[in-house]
Amino acid sequence: MSDINPRARDYADIRQGVRDVCAPFDSAYWQRVDRASEYPEEFVAALTRAGWLAALIPEEFGGGGLSVTEASVILEEINRSGANSGACHAQMYVMGTVLRHGSPEQKKRYLPAIAAGQLRLQSFAVTEPTAGTDTTKIKTFAERRGDRYVVNGQKVWISRVQHSDLMILLARTTPLEKVKKRTDGLSVFLVDLRQGGGTGLTVRPIENLVHHETNELFFENYEIPADSLIGEEGLGFKYILDGMNAERILIAAECVGDGYWFIDKARTYATERIVFDRPIGRNQGVQFPIAQAYANVRAADLMRYEGARLFDAGEPCGAEANLAKMLAADASWQAANVCLQTFGGFGFANEYDVKRKFRETRLYQVAPISTNLILSFVGEHVLGMPRSF
Amino acid sequence: MKIAVCLKRVPDTTTKIVVAGDGKSIDETGVKFVPNPYDEYAIEAAIAFKEKAGAGETVVYSLGADVAQETMRTALAMGIDRGVLLQSPGSPDGFEVAKALATEIGTGGFDLVLFGKMAVDDYNHQVGIMVAELLELPCISAVSALTIDGSAVTAEREVEGGVEVVTCQLPVVITADKGINTPRLPSLKGIMAAKKKPLELKPVTLGPGGVTVTALALPPERQAGKIVGEGPDAVPALVQLLRNEAKVI
Ligand SMILES: Cc1cc2nc3c(=O)[nH]c(=O)nc-3n(C[C@H](O)[C@H](O)[C@H](O)COP(=O)(O)OP(=O)(O)OC[C@H]3O[C@@H](n4cnc5c(N)ncnc54)[C@H](O)[C@@H]3O)c2cc1C
Repeated sequence: MSDINPRARDYADIRQGVRDVCAPFDSAYWQRVDRASEYPEEFVAALTRAGWLAALIPEEFGGGGLSVTEASVILEEINRSGANSGACHAQMYVMGTVLRHGSPEQKKRYLPAIAAGQLRLQSFAVTEPTAGTDTTKIKTFAERRGDRYVVNGQKVWISRVQHSDLMILLARTTPLEKVKKRTDGLSVFLVDLRQGGGTGLTVRPIENLVHHETNELFFENYEIPADSLIGEEGLGFKYILDGMNAERILIAAECVGDGYWFIDKARTYATERIVFDRPIGRNQGVQFPIAQAYANVRAADLMRYEGARLFDAGEPCGAEANLAKMLAADASWQAANVCLQTFGGFGFANEYDVKRKFRETRLYQVAPISTNLILSFVGEHVLGMPRSF
Repeated sequence: MKIAVCLKRVPDTTTKIVVAGDGKSIDETGVKFVPNPYDEYAIEAAIAFKEKAGAGETVVYSLGADVAQETMRTALAMGIDRGVLLQSPGSPDGFEVAKALATEIGTGGFDLVLFGKMAVDDYNHQVGIMVAELLELPCISAVSALTIDGSAVTAEREVEGGVEVVTCQLPVVITADKGINTPRLPSLKGIMAAKKKPLELKPVTLGPGGVTVTALALPPERQAGKIVGEGPDAVPALVQLLRNEAKVI
């Protein structure tokens, strides 16, 4: 049967290149890693070696110099292969903060090494236990003392810290009470995690539904050099927002990859599984939900390409990027649910991978951004309705 | 070092083959095509020897339809410098293919000409060896390990029950077997660079040749397996079946 994704022939060379890297990491590999709740080190190393995670770094810094459309195809294919990009996508886009707002020295110092896969910058510390989605309420504070900043506070749900050399940190540098606008007074730092333990940073892993190596972080008089600051002090919130559209589009593509994976599994199983002397997929009660989920994946995929097209053309794409992320996350989740239902009891067995992918794709409803927050963005900024919070 | 490597576009070995209506070719609809896996060993060897030599050129040749360009881009993405496609629908006659390749490669001044030991679509094991003969070059076939020191070539071949070590001087034609190396995967940068590498198209006309394929047939469907039982109790029945029914012991 031919590919259920009619765009599979577009960017065929990129797709094939990524598929070739993913192929040796089969179902058995993912089951082993998942059972041990491990980080898929070999898989990420293979992608890094072949340069795929450096796709968005401009060629002048040794990266692939690809567009967001092309980069999104890479992540789509990773998820489509049965893997999950969660372990490695951040290495692709977190560097954007350095690229867009870093000083020439910071770019020269870090980007070529990131592009070469020698430095891992795939940790991004924003979320805090008490602030949650209300980012301007974060309490982690970085106080300037001479040539250093001293950081105190706590972060939660910070992924891949133990598999990163560098981390982007969002902290307050002016207390909330002292700023005119609540979005002022936040700053972004590029923290070198290689300074080692016993330095005032404690990392505590959180056992959870997916294995992205996610942690709680405790900063206690943690000192970082003043030149870790990216851009200007106080403009951090804006810098973080600047990266959002690209991230939304890339995440949408991951969801699309999952969506096609689930639909492919479901249609194959529905065609092969014989119950009551007929393939279960002959029953419209089984067939229609799969067709419907497929329609939604296709529709979301169109919005993803539209968002990517606008982004690459340098046009405003906030609405499309957010809509793409939401539609794609909804579609992949629907496809996951339908796939599980189609497999019946077998869907619950580890060996079919449906169970693992089901858990993994569910995350996209919550992180990196939850559905409600996208709806509120659309309601307020796209439709012009009153601000709700 | 100047190295030529020949590449054939073949159906993916995992593709389900359907015999076409004419009964002597395969139905290509929906079939995925890949570089012949043995040729990938040859490509890897070409790139690695050039890297080791620190200078030179690697050229990939293919004879086939225009779609073979796609397959050749894979070789360019792995690191081959340029390509030449001899445009022709192909031929069931290995000798005709060898003549066309030899004519093209013969004028190139190559130190080393690499092939895969066979193509996985027709299993003919012919073209590399015939090209060597036509070019009046020595040929070492089915090489599973290869070293080149200056112009001294040492090759290992896996023969029944052991390893044969063969030496000769460059220039030489080598056909590669499994084990000679692990072909690299094209990197992102390799794939992007491949788009800009020269790929020359040259029409060729092959003679009728002496070989004609008259029929193709699929192997018989595999019979369902039989579960004899479990544990030590099942052993006597299994032995009995292996001896009397399957006749393998
Ligand atoms: C596996 C995993 C990995 C993560 N990795 C990272 C990471 O690397 N870096 C990082 O900074 N963060 C990370 N996160 C955090 C993630 O971004 C947050 O969990 C997410 O943004 C939601 O924040 P919260 O958990 O505090 O939920 P809350 O803000 O407490 O929200 C809970 C629920 O209420 C809804 N809600 C809240 N306010 C409103 C409102 N005003 N109107 C309507 N609905 C509302 C939300 O949509 C959500 O559904 C990760 C999370 C997970 C689970």
